[in-house]
Amino acid sequence: MAEVLVLIGHIEGQIRKPGLELLTLARELGTPVAVCAGPGLDAEVIRTLARYGAHRVHLVESGELEDHPVGWVQVLADLAATAPQAVLLESTPEGREIAARLAVRLGSGVLTDAVDVRPGPEGPVVTQWAFAAGYEVTARVVTGVPVIAVKPNAVAPVPLAEEIEPEISRSGLDLDEASLRTHVVSRAVRHSTGRPQLTEAEVVVSGGRGLGGADHFELVERLADALGGAVGASRAAVDAGWYPHTHQVGQTGVTVSPQLYVALGISGAIQHRAGMQTSKTIVAVNKDREAPIFDLADHGVVGDLFSVVPQLLDEIARRRR
Amino acid sequence: MRIVVCVKHVPDMASDPGFTADHRVDRDGVQGRLSELDEHAVEQALRVLDAAPDTHLTYLTVGPAAAAEALRRALAMGGHAAVHVSDDAIAGSDAPATALVLAAALRRLEPDLVLCAMASTDGGTSLVPAMLAEHLALPQLTFAAELTVEPGTATVRIRRDGSRATEELRATLPAVVSVTDRTGEARYPSFKGIMAAKKKPLETWNLADLGVPADQVGAGAARTVVDAITARPPRTAGTALPDEGEGGLRLADFLSGQKFV
Ligand SMILES: Cc1cc2nc3c(=O)[nH]c(=O)nc-3n(C[C@H](O)[C@H](O)[C@H](O)COP(=O)(O)OP(=O)(O)OC[C@H]3O[C@@H](n4cnc5c(N)ncnc54)[C@H](O)[C@@H]3O)c2cc1C
Repeated sequence: MAEVLVLIGHIEGQIRKPGLELLTLARELGTPVAVCAGPGLDAEVIRTLARYGAHRVHLVESGELEDHPVGWVQVLADLAATAPQAVLLESTPEGREIAARLAVRLGSGVLTDAVDVRPGPEGPVVTQWAFAAGYEVTARVVTGVPVIAVKPNAVAPVPLAEEIEPEISRSGLDLDEASLRTHVVSRAVRHSTGRPQLTEAEVVVSGGRGLGGADHFELVERLADALGGAVGASRAAVDAGWYPHTHQVGQTGVTVSPQLYVALGISGAIQHRAGMQTSKTIVAVNKDREAPIFDLADHGVVGDLFSVVPQLLDEIARRRR
Repeated sequence: MRIVVCVKHVPDMASDPGFTADHRVDRDGVQGRLSELDEHAVEQALRVLDAAPDTHLTYLTVGPAAAAEALRRALAMGGHAAVHVSDDAIAGSDAPATALVLAAALRRLEPDLVLCAMASTDGGTSLVPAMLAEHLALPQLTFAAELTVEPGTATVRIRRDGSRATEELRATLPAVVSVTDRTGEARYPSFKGIMAAKKKPLETWNLADLGVPADQVGAGAARTVVDAITARPPRTAGTALPDEGEGGLRLADFLSGQKFV
Protein backbone atom coordinates (compact mmCIF):
# COMPACT_ATOMS: atom_id res chain seq x y z
CA MET A 1 0.00 0.00 0.00
CA ALA A 2 1.18 3.50 -0.77
CA GLU A 3 2.54 5.64 2.02
CA VAL A 4 0.62 8.45 3.68
CA LEU A 5 2.76 11.30 4.97
CA VAL A 6 1.60 12.66 8.32
CA LEU A 7 3.10 15.85 9.69
CA ILE A 8 3.41 15.42 13.44
CA GLY A 9 3.56 18.52 15.57
CA HIS A 10 5.01 18.21 19.03
CA ILE A 11 6.59 20.29 21.73
CA GLU A 12 9.78 18.80 23.15
CA GLY A 13 8.63 15.32 22.28
CA GLN A 14 5.11 15.74 23.63
CA ILE A 15 2.80 14.52 20.91
CA ARG A 16 -0.63 16.03 21.17
CA LYS A 17 -3.84 14.21 20.46
CA PRO A 18 -4.40 15.68 16.95
CA GLY A 19 -1.19 14.02 15.73
CA LEU A 20 -2.47 10.64 16.90
CA GLU A 21 -5.81 11.36 15.26
CA LEU A 22 -4.04 11.97 11.94
CA LEU A 23 -2.19 8.65 12.26
CA THR A 24 -5.44 6.87 13.06
CA LEU A 25 -7.02 8.27 9.87
CA ALA A 26 -3.87 7.67 7.80
CA ARG A 27 -3.92 3.94 8.65
CA GLU A 28 -7.17 3.56 6.73
CA LEU A 29 -5.70 5.25 3.67
CA GLY A 30 -2.33 3.54 3.37
CA THR A 31 0.93 3.05 5.24
CA PRO A 32 1.47 5.95 7.64
CA VAL A 33 4.80 7.73 7.73
CA ALA A 34 5.16 10.12 10.67
CA VAL A 35 7.26 13.13 9.71
CA CYS A 36 8.70 15.17 12.54
CA ALA A 37 11.61 17.32 13.60
CA GLY A 38 13.00 19.00 16.65
CA PRO A 39 14.34 18.10 20.06
CA GLY A 40 12.88 15.46 22.33
CA LEU A 41 12.13 12.77 19.74
CA ASP A 42 13.45 9.86 21.78
CA ALA A 43 12.69 6.13 21.57
CA GLU A 44 9.56 6.57 23.67
CA VAL A 45 8.09 9.12 21.23
CA ILE A 46 8.86 6.87 18.29
CA ARG A 47 7.14 3.97 20.08
CA THR A 48 4.07 6.15 20.60
CA LEU A 49 3.96 7.05 16.91
CA ALA A 50 4.30 3.38 15.98
CA ARG A 51 1.56 2.40 18.43
CA TYR A 52 -0.81 4.66 16.49
CA GLY A 53 0.21 3.22 13.16
CA ALA A 54 3.43 4.83 11.95
CA HIS A 55 5.27 2.17 9.93
CA ARG A 56 8.04 4.62 9.35
CA VAL A 57 9.16 7.63 11.33
CA HIS A 58 11.00 10.23 9.31
CA LEU A 59 13.18 12.53 11.38
CA VAL A 60 14.26 15.80 9.84
CA GLU A 61 17.60 16.59 11.38
CA SER A 62 17.47 20.33 11.34
CA GLY A 63 17.02 22.86 14.09
CA GLU A 64 15.88 25.42 11.55
CA LEU A 65 12.24 24.44 11.30
CA GLU A 66 11.54 25.84 14.76
CA ASP A 67 12.53 29.29 13.54
CA HIS A 68 11.46 28.93 9.92
CA PRO A 69 8.23 26.91 9.92
CA VAL A 70 7.62 27.56 6.21
CA GLY A 71 10.55 25.19 5.68
CA TRP A 72 8.10 22.32 6.28
CA VAL A 73 6.87 22.90 2.75
CA GLN A 74 10.26 21.92 1.41
CA VAL A 75 10.49 18.89 3.71
CA LEU A 76 7.10 17.56 2.65
CA ALA A 77 7.61 18.40 -1.03
CA ASP A 78 10.86 16.39 -1.02
CA LEU A 79 9.19 13.43 0.67
CA ALA A 80 6.17 13.63 -1.62
CA ALA A 81 8.40 12.90 -4.61
CA THR A 82 7.71 9.20 -3.92
CA ALA A 83 4.02 9.78 -4.83
CA PRO A 84 2.38 8.99 -1.50
CA GLN A 85 -1.36 8.36 -1.22
CA ALA A 86 -1.83 11.68 0.62
CA VAL A 87 -0.23 14.22 2.91
CA LEU A 88 -2.15 14.83 6.15
CA LEU A 89 -1.68 17.86 8.37
CA GLU A 90 -3.62 19.55 11.15
CA SER A 91 -6.14 22.16 10.06
CA THR A 92 -4.69 24.75 12.42
CA PRO A 93 -3.14 28.10 11.46
CA GLU A 94 0.27 26.41 11.32
CA GLY A 95 -0.97 23.42 9.35
CA ARG A 96 -3.08 25.29 6.84
CA GLU A 97 -0.35 27.68 5.79
CA ILE A 98 1.92 24.73 5.05
CA ALA A 99 -0.84 22.83 3.24
CA ALA A 100 -1.56 25.79 0.96
CA ARG A 101 2.02 26.44 -0.02
CA LEU A 102 2.76 22.74 -0.42
CA ALA A 103 -0.18 22.26 -2.77
CA VAL A 104 1.10 24.97 -5.10
CA ARG A 105 4.62 23.56 -5.03
CA LEU A 106 3.36 20.05 -5.81
CA GLY A 107 0.74 21.15 -8.31
CA SER A 108 -1.77 19.36 -6.10
CA GLY A 109 -5.30 19.88 -4.97
CA VAL A 110 -5.83 20.62 -1.30
CA LEU A 111 -8.75 20.33 1.11
CA THR A 112 -8.89 21.95 4.54
CA ASP A 113 -11.10 21.66 7.61
CA ALA A 114 -11.71 17.96 7.02
CA VAL A 115 -13.92 16.47 9.70
CA ASP A 116 -13.42 12.99 8.26
CA VAL A 117 -11.18 11.28 5.71
CA ARG A 118 -11.98 7.83 4.30
CA PRO A 119 -10.42 5.71 1.59
CA GLY A 120 -12.28 5.69 -1.73
CA PRO A 121 -11.78 3.96 -5.07
CA GLU A 122 -10.31 7.18 -6.49
CA GLY A 123 -8.36 8.29 -3.46
CA PRO A 124 -9.24 9.77 -0.09
CA VAL A 125 -12.79 11.09 0.36
CA VAL A 126 -12.96 14.12 2.63
CA THR A 127 -15.94 15.37 4.61
CA GLN A 128 -16.18 19.08 5.40
CA TRP A 129 -18.82 21.40 6.78
CA ALA A 130 -19.85 24.56 4.98
CA PHE A 131 -21.78 27.71 5.87
CA ALA A 132 -21.68 27.54 9.64
CA ALA A 133 -21.93 23.75 9.57
CA GLY A 134 -25.30 24.02 7.84
CA TYR A 135 -24.09 21.75 5.03
CA GLU A 136 -22.02 18.61 4.81
CA VAL A 137 -19.72 18.44 1.79
CA THR A 138 -17.84 15.41 0.49
CA ALA A 139 -14.94 16.19 -1.79
CA ARG A 140 -11.86 14.65 -3.34
CA VAL A 141 -8.55 15.84 -4.69
CA VAL A 142 -8.32 14.92 -8.38
CA THR A 143 -4.92 16.38 -9.26
CA GLY A 144 -1.57 15.52 -7.74
CA VAL A 145 -0.80 14.13 -4.30
CA PRO A 146 -3.83 15.01 -2.15
CA VAL A 147 -2.95 17.50 0.58
CA ILE A 148 -5.52 17.30 3.37
CA ALA A 149 -5.74 19.41 6.51
CA VAL A 150 -7.83 17.73 9.19
CA LYS A 151 -9.61 19.45 12.05
CA PRO A 152 -8.66 18.40 15.57
CA ASN A 153 -11.09 15.88 17.03
CA ALA A 154 -12.17 14.49 13.64
CA VAL A 155 -11.68 10.97 14.94
CA ALA A 156 -10.87 9.31 18.25
CA PRO A 157 -7.22 8.20 18.27
CA VAL A 158 -7.08 4.40 18.42
CA PRO A 159 -3.83 2.51 19.11
CA LEU A 160 -3.02 -0.62 17.11
CA ALA A 161 -3.80 -3.98 18.62
CA GLU A 162 -0.22 -5.22 18.19
CA GLU A 163 3.10 -3.40 18.45
CA ILE A 164 5.00 -2.67 15.27
CA GLU A 165 8.68 -1.89 14.98
CA PRO A 166 8.87 1.27 12.88
CA GLU A 167 11.49 1.91 10.29
CA ILE A 168 13.46 5.10 10.95
CA SER A 169 14.58 7.38 8.14
CA ARG A 170 16.40 10.67 8.37
CA SER A 171 17.14 13.66 6.20
CA GLY A 172 18.91 16.96 6.54
CA LEU A 173 17.55 20.27 5.32
CA ASP A 174 18.87 23.15 3.27
CA LEU A 175 16.26 25.86 3.44
CA ASP A 176 15.30 27.97 0.43
CA GLU A 177 15.33 31.79 0.42
CA ALA A 178 11.61 32.37 0.93
CA SER A 179 11.38 30.10 4.00
CA LEU A 180 14.44 31.72 5.54
CA ARG A 181 12.80 35.10 5.20
CA THR A 182 9.97 34.14 7.57
CA HIS A 183 11.35 34.06 11.12
CA VAL A 184 9.77 33.11 14.41
CA VAL A 185 11.07 35.79 16.76
CA SER A 186 9.53 34.40 19.92
CA ARG A 187 7.17 31.68 20.95
CA ALA A 188 5.20 31.48 24.18
CA VAL A 189 3.91 27.96 24.57
CA ARG A 190 0.53 27.95 26.23
CA HIS A 191 0.36 26.31 29.59
CA SER A 192 -2.33 23.86 30.44
CA THR A 193 -5.16 25.44 32.42
CA GLY A 194 -5.76 22.18 34.25
CA ARG A 195 -9.08 21.96 32.40
CA PRO A 196 -9.65 19.81 29.31
CA GLN A 197 -8.54 21.23 25.94
CA LEU A 198 -11.36 23.17 24.36
CA THR A 199 -11.41 21.16 21.11
CA GLU A 200 -11.17 17.86 22.94
CA ALA A 201 -13.56 18.42 25.83
CA GLU A 202 -16.73 16.39 26.31
CA VAL A 203 -18.35 19.43 27.91
CA VAL A 204 -17.85 23.10 27.01
CA VAL A 205 -19.28 25.96 29.05
CA SER A 206 -19.07 29.30 27.24
CA GLY A 207 -19.69 32.83 28.37
CA GLY A 208 -20.72 35.84 26.28
CA ARG A 209 -21.37 39.52 26.60
CA GLY A 210 -24.10 38.73 29.11
CA LEU A 211 -21.38 38.00 31.66
CA GLY A 212 -20.80 41.73 31.85
CA GLY A 213 -17.17 41.62 32.96
CA ALA A 214 -13.97 39.62 33.27
CA ASP A 215 -14.54 38.90 36.97
CA HIS A 216 -17.81 37.16 36.22
CA PHE A 217 -16.09 34.54 34.07
CA GLU A 218 -15.35 32.85 37.37
CA LEU A 219 -18.97 31.74 37.26
CA VAL A 220 -18.36 30.14 33.84
CA GLU A 221 -15.22 28.45 35.16
CA ARG A 222 -17.04 27.11 38.22
CA LEU A 223 -19.75 25.56 36.08
CA ALA A 224 -17.13 24.16 33.69
CA ASP A 225 -15.33 22.59 36.66
CA ALA A 226 -18.54 21.20 38.11
CA LEU A 227 -19.23 19.49 34.76
CA GLY A 228 -15.62 18.53 34.07
CA GLY A 229 -15.56 20.77 31.02
CA ALA A 230 -13.56 23.39 29.18
CA VAL A 231 -14.28 27.13 29.12
CA GLY A 232 -15.26 28.87 25.90
CA ALA A 233 -16.21 32.44 25.08
CA SER A 234 -17.99 34.44 22.40
CA ARG A 235 -16.07 36.97 20.34
CA ALA A 236 -17.85 39.79 22.14
CA ALA A 237 -16.48 38.52 25.47
CA VAL A 238 -13.01 38.03 23.99
CA ASP A 239 -13.00 41.44 22.31
CA ALA A 240 -13.94 43.00 25.62
CA GLY A 241 -10.80 41.42 27.08
CA TRP A 242 -12.71 39.24 29.53
CA TYR A 243 -11.21 35.94 28.39
CA PRO A 244 -8.26 34.94 26.16
CA HIS A 245 -8.82 34.65 22.43
CA THR A 246 -7.63 31.05 22.43
CA HIS A 247 -10.97 30.23 24.08
CA GLN A 248 -13.09 31.87 21.40
CA VAL A 249 -15.66 29.56 19.85
CA GLY A 250 -16.85 30.29 16.32
CA GLN A 251 -15.92 31.21 12.80
CA THR A 252 -12.72 33.00 13.76
CA GLY A 253 -12.10 30.95 16.86
CA VAL A 254 -12.23 27.21 17.33
CA THR A 255 -14.90 24.72 16.38
CA VAL A 256 -16.11 22.48 19.13
CA SER A 257 -18.38 19.48 18.95
CA PRO A 258 -18.77 18.29 22.54
CA GLN A 259 -21.43 16.07 24.09
CA LEU A 260 -22.71 19.12 25.98
CA TYR A 261 -22.40 22.81 25.12
CA VAL A 262 -23.63 25.37 27.65
CA ALA A 263 -24.06 28.97 26.39
CA LEU A 264 -24.32 31.58 29.11
CA GLY A 265 -25.28 35.11 28.06
CA ILE A 266 -24.59 34.37 24.39
CA SER A 267 -27.08 35.49 21.75
CA GLY A 268 -26.16 32.81 19.17
CA ALA A 269 -24.97 34.88 16.18
CA ILE A 270 -24.34 32.86 13.00
CA GLN A 271 -20.57 33.24 13.46
CA HIS A 272 -20.79 31.80 16.96
CA ARG A 273 -23.06 28.97 15.83
CA ALA A 274 -20.49 28.07 13.17
CA GLY A 275 -18.25 26.91 15.99
CA MET A 276 -20.68 24.95 18.16
CA GLN A 277 -23.82 23.88 16.39
CA THR A 278 -22.69 20.31 15.84
CA SER A 279 -22.58 19.82 19.62
CA LYS A 280 -24.64 16.83 20.74
CA THR A 281 -26.69 18.61 23.41
CA ILE A 282 -26.99 22.38 23.71
CA VAL A 283 -28.14 24.28 26.78
CA ALA A 284 -28.61 28.05 26.93
CA VAL A 285 -29.25 30.61 29.63
CA ASN A 286 -30.29 34.00 28.28
CA LYS A 287 -32.52 36.85 29.45
CA ASP A 288 -33.95 37.37 26.00
CA ARG A 289 -36.56 34.84 24.84
CA GLU A 290 -35.95 35.98 21.24
CA ALA A 291 -32.19 35.22 21.26
CA PRO A 292 -31.39 32.88 18.32
CA ILE A 293 -29.44 30.56 20.63
CA PHE A 294 -32.82 29.20 21.78
CA ASP A 295 -33.45 27.89 18.24
CA LEU A 296 -30.62 25.43 18.84
CA ALA A 297 -30.98 24.72 22.52
CA ASP A 298 -32.32 21.37 23.70
CA HIS A 299 -32.96 23.02 27.02
CA GLY A 300 -33.13 26.76 27.51
CA VAL A 301 -33.66 28.89 30.55
CA VAL A 302 -35.03 32.36 29.85
CA GLY A 303 -33.65 34.27 32.78
CA ASP A 304 -30.80 36.06 34.46
CA LEU A 305 -27.69 33.92 34.41
CA PHE A 306 -26.57 35.49 37.69
CA SER A 307 -29.44 33.80 39.49
CA VAL A 308 -29.79 30.66 37.35
CA VAL A 309 -26.14 29.59 37.34
CA PRO A 310 -25.48 29.97 41.10
CA GLN A 311 -28.65 28.01 41.79
CA LEU A 312 -27.53 25.33 39.34
CA LEU A 313 -24.08 25.14 40.99
CA ASP A 314 -25.64 24.77 44.44
CA GLU A 315 -27.99 22.10 43.18
CA ILE A 316 -25.18 20.13 41.52
CA ALA A 317 -23.18 20.32 44.75
CA ARG A 318 -26.21 19.26 46.79
CA ARG A 319 -26.93 16.25 44.55
CA ARG A 320 -23.34 15.12 44.79
CA ARG A 321 -23.20 15.26 48.54
CA MET B 1 5.62 51.75 -0.18
CA ARG B 2 3.05 49.96 -2.32
CA ILE B 3 0.38 47.86 -0.67
CA VAL B 4 -2.12 45.63 -2.41
CA VAL B 5 -5.05 44.27 -0.40
CA CYS B 6 -6.75 41.23 -1.92
CA VAL B 7 -10.48 41.31 -1.27
CA LYS B 8 -13.45 39.10 -2.08
CA HIS B 9 -17.10 39.73 -2.79
CA VAL B 10 -19.00 37.10 -0.80
CA PRO B 11 -22.59 36.19 -0.03
CA ASP B 12 -23.70 37.88 3.16
CA MET B 13 -23.87 35.21 5.85
CA ALA B 14 -26.96 36.95 7.21
CA SER B 15 -28.87 36.06 4.02
CA ASP B 16 -28.41 32.35 4.63
CA PRO B 17 -26.50 31.30 1.49
CA GLY B 18 -26.66 27.79 0.05
CA PHE B 19 -25.46 25.78 -2.96
CA THR B 20 -26.63 25.24 -6.53
CA ALA B 21 -27.23 21.78 -8.01
CA ASP B 22 -23.74 21.83 -9.57
CA HIS B 23 -22.16 22.41 -6.14
CA ARG B 24 -21.34 26.08 -6.43
CA VAL B 25 -22.20 28.78 -3.95
CA ASP B 26 -25.68 29.99 -4.90
CA ARG B 27 -25.43 33.73 -5.41
CA ASP B 28 -28.96 34.14 -6.74
CA GLY B 29 -31.15 36.25 -4.52
CA VAL B 30 -28.38 36.41 -1.97
CA GLN B 31 -27.02 39.77 -0.89
CA GLY B 32 -23.34 40.15 -1.72
CA ARG B 33 -20.81 42.20 0.21
CA LEU B 34 -17.14 42.85 0.83
CA SER B 35 -16.15 39.97 3.10
CA GLU B 36 -16.25 41.19 6.70
CA LEU B 37 -12.87 39.62 7.34
CA ASP B 38 -11.40 41.56 4.40
CA GLU B 39 -12.45 44.77 6.09
CA HIS B 40 -9.82 44.03 8.72
CA ALA B 41 -7.13 43.71 6.04
CA VAL B 42 -8.30 46.99 4.50
CA GLU B 43 -8.17 48.62 7.93
CA GLN B 44 -4.60 47.47 8.52
CA ALA B 45 -3.54 48.87 5.15
CA LEU B 46 -5.25 52.16 5.93
CA ARG B 47 -3.41 52.39 9.23
CA VAL B 48 -0.11 52.06 7.39
CA LEU B 49 -1.31 54.72 4.95
CA ASP B 50 -2.36 57.02 7.82
CA ALA B 51 1.11 56.73 9.35
CA ALA B 52 3.02 56.95 6.07
CA PRO B 53 1.06 59.09 3.59
CA ASP B 54 3.42 58.29 0.71
CA THR B 55 2.02 54.73 0.76
CA HIS B 56 0.10 53.72 -2.34
CA LEU B 57 -2.84 51.43 -1.68
CA THR B 58 -4.52 49.31 -4.35
CA TYR B 59 -7.30 46.74 -3.94
CA LEU B 60 -7.41 43.62 -6.04
CA THR B 61 -10.20 41.15 -6.59
CA VAL B 62 -10.98 38.25 -8.90
CA GLY B 63 -14.63 37.61 -9.57
CA PRO B 64 -17.72 38.22 -11.69
CA ALA B 65 -19.08 41.69 -12.49
CA ALA B 66 -20.73 42.14 -9.10
CA ALA B 67 -17.36 41.75 -7.38
CA ALA B 68 -16.59 45.37 -8.31
CA GLU B 69 -18.96 46.32 -5.46
CA ALA B 70 -16.44 44.93 -2.98
CA LEU B 71 -13.74 47.13 -4.52
CA ARG B 72 -15.95 50.23 -4.32
CA ARG B 73 -16.69 49.48 -0.70
CA ALA B 74 -12.99 49.14 0.11
CA LEU B 75 -12.21 52.34 -1.81
CA ALA B 76 -14.90 54.09 0.24
CA MET B 77 -12.96 53.16 3.37
CA GLY B 78 -9.83 54.74 1.84
CA GLY B 79 -6.93 53.98 -0.49
CA HIS B 80 -6.21 54.92 -4.08
CA ALA B 81 -7.07 52.48 -6.82
CA ALA B 82 -8.53 49.08 -7.59
CA VAL B 83 -8.08 46.27 -10.05
CA HIS B 84 -10.85 43.84 -10.93
CA VAL B 85 -9.79 40.68 -12.73
CA SER B 86 -12.82 39.35 -14.50
CA ASP B 87 -13.14 36.73 -17.19
CA ASP B 88 -15.88 34.21 -17.94
CA ALA B 89 -13.25 31.46 -17.96
CA ILE B 90 -12.58 32.04 -14.24
CA ALA B 91 -16.02 30.86 -13.09
CA GLY B 92 -15.81 27.79 -10.86
CA SER B 93 -12.13 28.29 -10.01
CA ASP B 94 -10.83 26.62 -6.85
CA ALA B 95 -8.29 28.15 -4.47
CA PRO B 96 -5.19 27.20 -6.54
CA ALA B 97 -6.66 28.71 -9.73
CA THR B 98 -7.79 31.86 -7.90
CA ALA B 99 -4.33 32.21 -6.40
CA LEU B 100 -2.78 31.73 -9.85
CA VAL B 101 -4.81 34.63 -11.25
CA LEU B 102 -4.22 36.88 -8.23
CA ALA B 103 -0.49 36.15 -8.36
CA ALA B 104 -0.35 37.10 -12.06
CA ALA B 105 -2.04 40.41 -11.26
CA LEU B 106 0.28 40.99 -8.28
CA ARG B 107 3.30 40.51 -10.53
CA ARG B 108 2.07 43.47 -12.53
CA LEU B 109 1.26 45.57 -9.48
CA GLU B 110 4.62 44.88 -7.79
CA PRO B 111 3.59 45.55 -4.19
CA ASP B 112 5.97 45.63 -1.23
CA LEU B 113 3.22 44.24 0.94
CA VAL B 114 0.30 42.00 0.01
CA LEU B 115 -2.44 41.98 2.63
CA CYS B 116 -5.21 39.40 2.81
CA ALA B 117 -7.80 38.35 5.34
CA MET B 118 -7.21 35.12 7.27
CA ALA B 119 -10.00 33.53 5.21
CA SER B 120 -13.01 34.40 3.11
CA THR B 121 -16.29 34.21 4.96
CA ASP B 122 -17.80 31.87 2.33
CA GLY B 123 -15.18 29.31 1.25
CA GLY B 124 -13.19 29.88 4.37
CA THR B 125 -10.23 27.73 3.40
CA SER B 126 -7.49 30.24 4.41
CA LEU B 127 -5.44 28.86 1.53
CA VAL B 128 -5.02 31.82 -0.80
CA PRO B 129 -2.50 33.97 1.15
CA ALA B 130 0.12 31.23 1.47
CA MET B 131 -0.53 30.17 -2.12
CA LEU B 132 0.20 33.70 -3.29
CA ALA B 133 3.41 33.72 -1.30
CA GLU B 134 4.48 30.49 -2.98
CA HIS B 135 3.66 31.71 -6.49
CA LEU B 136 5.58 34.92 -5.88
CA ALA B 137 8.42 33.21 -3.94
CA LEU B 138 7.76 35.58 -1.02
CA PRO B 139 7.81 35.06 2.72
CA GLN B 140 4.41 34.65 4.38
CA LEU B 141 3.07 35.71 7.75
CA THR B 142 -0.39 34.29 8.26
CA PHE B 143 -3.23 34.63 10.78
CA ALA B 144 -1.91 37.85 12.31
CA ALA B 145 -3.72 38.99 15.43
CA GLU B 146 -1.49 42.04 15.46
CA LEU B 147 0.52 43.58 12.63
CA THR B 148 3.39 46.06 12.63
CA VAL B 149 4.82 47.36 9.37
CA GLU B 150 8.19 49.09 9.53
CA PRO B 151 8.75 50.68 6.12
CA GLY B 152 12.11 52.11 7.26
CA THR B 153 13.69 48.69 7.78
CA ALA B 154 11.46 46.95 5.21
CA THR B 155 10.21 44.50 7.79
CA VAL B 156 6.84 43.33 8.92
CA ARG B 157 6.05 41.67 12.24
CA ILE B 158 3.01 39.83 13.43
CA ARG B 159 1.74 38.13 16.55
CA ARG B 160 -0.43 35.10 16.03
CA ASP B 161 -2.32 32.70 18.24
CA GLY B 162 -1.25 29.33 16.96
CA SER B 163 -2.69 26.03 18.14
CA ARG B 164 0.04 25.45 20.72
CA ALA B 165 1.71 28.78 21.26
CA THR B 166 1.44 32.48 20.72
CA GLU B 167 4.17 33.39 18.29
CA GLU B 168 5.82 36.53 17.08
CA LEU B 169 7.04 36.30 13.50
CA ARG B 170 9.02 38.63 11.32
CA ALA B 171 9.63 38.82 7.58
CA THR B 172 11.44 41.11 5.24
CA LEU B 173 9.44 42.94 2.59
CA PRO B 174 8.15 42.19 0.05
CA ALA B 175 5.90 39.75 1.89
CA VAL B 176 2.37 38.36 2.04
CA VAL B 177 0.47 38.83 5.30
CA SER B 178 -2.97 37.58 6.32
CA VAL B 179 -4.79 39.16 9.25
CA THR B 180 -7.56 38.04 11.59
CA ASP B 181 -10.45 39.97 13.08
CA ARG B 182 -8.25 40.39 16.18
CA THR B 183 -6.22 43.12 14.47
CA GLY B 184 -8.76 45.78 15.37
CA GLU B 185 -12.10 47.14 14.33
CA ALA B 186 -12.44 48.27 10.74
CA ARG B 187 -13.48 51.85 10.07
CA TYR B 188 -16.86 52.59 8.58
CA PRO B 189 -16.84 54.45 5.24
CA SER B 190 -17.84 58.10 5.62
CA PHE B 191 -20.28 59.74 3.21
CA LYS B 192 -17.34 61.69 1.84
CA GLY B 193 -15.42 58.45 1.40
CA ILE B 194 -18.29 56.85 -0.49
CA MET B 195 -18.51 59.83 -2.84
CA ALA B 196 -14.74 59.95 -3.34
CA ALA B 197 -14.63 56.21 -4.11
CA LYS B 198 -16.77 56.74 -7.21
CA LYS B 199 -13.99 58.79 -8.77
CA LYS B 200 -11.07 56.54 -7.85
CA PRO B 201 -9.56 54.55 -10.73
CA LEU B 202 -10.90 51.01 -11.08
CA GLU B 203 -9.33 48.97 -13.85
CA THR B 204 -10.67 45.72 -15.22
CA TRP B 205 -8.23 43.13 -16.48
CA ASN B 206 -8.92 39.81 -18.14
CA LEU B 207 -6.88 36.63 -18.40
CA ALA B 208 -5.30 37.66 -21.70
CA ASP B 209 -4.07 40.89 -20.07
CA LEU B 210 -2.35 38.78 -17.46
CA GLY B 211 -1.07 36.10 -19.80
CA VAL B 212 -2.85 33.37 -17.86
CA PRO B 213 -4.04 30.56 -20.16
CA ALA B 214 -7.78 30.02 -19.80
CA ASP B 215 -7.35 26.25 -19.45
CA GLN B 216 -5.47 26.74 -16.16
CA VAL B 217 -8.48 28.24 -14.41
CA GLY B 218 -12.20 27.64 -14.00
CA ALA B 219 -14.14 24.55 -13.11
CA GLY B 220 -12.28 22.47 -15.71
CA ALA B 221 -8.92 23.09 -14.04
CA ALA B 222 -10.15 22.46 -10.51
CA ARG B 223 -7.88 20.13 -8.58
CA THR B 224 -10.67 19.09 -6.24
CA VAL B 225 -14.20 17.92 -6.94
CA VAL B 226 -17.23 17.97 -4.73
CA ASP B 227 -19.10 14.67 -4.89
CA ALA B 228 -22.05 15.66 -2.73
CA ILE B 229 -23.46 18.45 -0.64
CA THR B 230 -26.25 17.78 1.79
CA ALA B 231 -28.00 20.26 4.02
CA ARG B 232 -27.60 19.08 7.59
CA PRO B 233 -30.93 18.64 9.29
CA PRO B 234 -31.60 21.84 11.21
CA ARG B 235 -31.52 21.45 14.97
CA THR B 236 -34.92 21.39 16.50
CA ALA B 237 -35.44 23.80 19.34
CA GLY B 238 -36.21 22.09 22.61
CA THR B 239 -37.88 23.72 25.53
CA ALA B 240 -37.06 27.25 26.68
CA LEU B 241 -38.58 27.81 30.08
CA PRO B 242 -38.83 31.17 31.79
CA ASP B 243 -36.99 31.24 35.09
CA GLU B 244 -39.57 31.68 37.79
CA GLY B 245 -37.12 31.20 40.61
CA GLU B 246 -36.34 27.56 39.86
CA GLY B 247 -34.58 27.81 36.48
CA GLY B 248 -31.33 26.50 37.95
CA LEU B 249 -33.07 23.53 39.52
CA ARG B 250 -34.86 22.64 36.28
CA LEU B 251 -31.56 22.88 34.45
CA ALA B 252 -30.02 20.55 37.03
CA ASP B 253 -32.89 18.11 36.38
CA PHE B 254 -32.23 18.27 32.66
CA LEU B 255 -28.49 17.73 33.07
CA SER B 256 -29.09 14.84 35.47
CA GLY B 257 -31.53 13.29 33.01
CA GLN B 258 -28.83 13.46 30.35
CA LYS B 259 -26.29 11.97 32.79
CA PHE B 260 -24.08 15.06 32.82
CA VAL B 261 -24.62 15.43 36.58
C1 LIG C 1 -16.33 37.93 10.35
C2 LIG C 1 -16.89 37.71 11.72
C3 LIG C 1 -16.41 36.67 12.48
C4 LIG C 1 -16.92 36.44 13.75
N1 LIG C 1 -16.46 35.38 14.47
C5 LIG C 1 -17.01 35.10 15.67
C6 LIG C 1 -16.58 33.97 16.44
O1 LIG C 1 -15.66 33.25 16.06
N2 LIG C 1 -17.19 33.73 17.62
C7 LIG C 1 -18.21 34.52 18.10
O2 LIG C 1 -18.72 34.24 19.18
N3 LIG C 1 -18.60 35.60 17.41
C8 LIG C 1 -18.02 35.92 16.22
N4 LIG C 1 -18.43 37.04 15.56
C9 LIG C 1 -19.29 38.01 16.25
C10 LIG C 1 -20.75 37.65 16.26
O3 LIG C 1 -21.34 38.18 15.10
C11 LIG C 1 -21.45 38.26 17.50
O4 LIG C 1 -21.22 39.65 17.53
C12 LIG C 1 -20.96 37.67 18.82
O5 LIG C 1 -20.98 36.27 18.77
C13 LIG C 1 -21.84 38.16 19.94
O6 LIG C 1 -21.39 37.68 21.17
P1 LIG C 1 -22.39 37.51 22.38
O7 LIG C 1 -23.44 36.54 22.02
O8 LIG C 1 -21.59 37.23 23.58
O9 LIG C 1 -22.96 38.98 22.55
P2 LIG C 1 -24.40 39.56 22.24
O10 LIG C 1 -24.83 39.26 20.87
O11 LIG C 1 -24.38 40.97 22.68
O12 LIG C 1 -25.33 38.73 23.19
C14 LIG C 1 -25.30 38.81 24.58
C15 LIG C 1 -26.48 38.03 25.08
O13 LIG C 1 -26.44 37.99 26.49
C16 LIG C 1 -27.77 38.09 26.98
N5 LIG C 1 -27.67 38.59 28.36
C17 LIG C 1 -27.25 39.79 28.77
N6 LIG C 1 -27.25 39.84 30.12
C18 LIG C 1 -27.68 38.64 30.56
C19 LIG C 1 -27.90 38.08 31.85
N7 LIG C 1 -27.64 38.75 32.96
N8 LIG C 1 -28.37 36.83 31.93
C20 LIG C 1 -28.62 36.11 30.80
N9 LIG C 1 -28.42 36.60 29.55
C21 LIG C 1 -27.95 37.84 29.44
C22 LIG C 1 -28.47 39.02 26.03
O14 LIG C 1 -29.87 38.79 26.05
C23 LIG C 1 -27.84 38.66 24.70
O15 LIG C 1 -28.58 37.68 24.01
C24 LIG C 1 -17.93 37.29 14.28
C25 LIG C 1 -18.40 38.34 13.50
C26 LIG C 1 -17.89 38.56 12.24
C27 LIG C 1 -18.43 39.69 11.44
